Amino acid sequence: MEHYLSLFVRAVFIENMALSFFLGMCTFLAVSKKIQAAFGLGVAVVVVLTITVPVNNLIYQYLLADGALAWAGLPDVDLSFLGLLSYIGVIAALVQILEMFLDRYVPALYAALGVFLPLITVNCAILGASLLMVERDYTFGESAVFGAGAGVGWALAIVALAGIREKLKYSDVPDGLQGLGITFITVGLMSLGFMSFGGIDI
Amino acid sequence: MDIKDTLFRPVFRDNPIALQILGICSALAVTSSMQVSLVMAIALTLVTAFSSFFISAIRHYIPSSIRIIVQMTVIASLVIVVDQFLKAFAYDTSKQLSVFVGLIITNCIVMGRAEAFAMKNPPVPSFLDGLGNGLGYSFILMAVAFVRELLGSGKLFGVEILPLITEGGWYAPNGLLLLPPSAFFLIGLLIWAIRSLQKDQVEEPEFRIAKHTTAIEEGA
Repeated sequence: MEHYLSLFVRAVFIENMALSFFLGMCTFLAVSKKIQAAFGLGVAVVVVLTITVPVNNLIYQYLLADGALAWAGLPDVDLSFLGLLSYIGVIAALVQILEMFLDRYVPALYAALGVFLPLITVNCAILGASLLMVERDYTFGESAVFGAGAGVGWALAIVALAGIREKLKYSDVPDGLQGLGITFITVGLMSLGFMSFGGIDI
Repeated sequence: MDIKDTLFRPVFRDNPIALQILGICSALAVTSSMQVSLVMAIALTLVTAFSSFFISAIRHYIPSSIRIIVQMTVIASLVIVVDQFLKAFAYDTSKQLSVFVGLIITNCIVMGRAEAFAMKNPPVPSFLDGLGNGLGYSFILMAVAFVRELLGSGKLFGVEILPLITEGGWYAPNGLLLLPPSAFFLIGLLIWAIRSLQKDQVEEPEFRIAKHTTAIEEGA
């Protein structure tokens, strides 16, 4: 249990997807103008990451890894080179299914998250989490915790940035820095702040 | 369309990173050394150029309802080729790039060009457009990596330029530039520089600070 807790805290703060790995930056910068939209996207990312990382873990362990097909009588087959294609396919398919499921059973949530879900397929944070999971050899349980933690960390970062940007629009920024430029520098400062979590170990 | 224009316009005028905010994820993470950035830049330029070429070649046969998946498959296949190539011939660099080669798939530049240009234009201009945007990306990447590696560790491409104090030289390295946040500051400053030169790219602020009115002014 302690191991999982530590993994979760690491994924949320120390190895924050947005601020220390720079994943999902495009949407991070584009959708962080309003807190409400940022929050909606953040929740969608948490949901999608929590589902896709463990599913990709199963696919890797039972279909793709070296010798994973032993259960099918093919112990010498190594399909790990198909990883990239499979993960992105799984993510695209799961996002589609999630969208249809929410539309049918939880229309209120669908109305709130609907516009963000298609965006998420091309969000590098999602694919990045799956690739990191493979690189670090997480087990099924670990990958579920890591997925959830990475999602929460990303959501936290985008909501915080949106809060800062809402205040920032009243400030007097030099012309050339207006908009994108100042956002970059703000994110840089946030990233410095998050570095202070480094070295925390539970 | 003018070939030169298609190729060079995205490098300076319509830079994908500075103006269109596309593909920043990897631009930030791999730029602490020139060599790694160069490999990344070449990989991305090749993938963008060839994916635009192939997608444009089959654009009349792609049903529009599933075009994203088709584009994704073409791009993912190309990235797998690049990834396998790097693992075979440049293993160390491929280890340093870790997940970022795979993340070319979701790099918005590749998808963005496929969707915005390759679906509407013939293969050769699409190829050049992809190449141009890849070069625009490479330009920013190399510029950021140049500053980070030179000032952060006193080297360029691993060759010592500024001798460090620890090795008997005179230069005290600025450790901040090796840390991730510095990439944000550098790109922010770079955008500032580009937009100061090209005033039409400046974004309109949502609010302007009103002119300060004082009693004296009103009285006068």
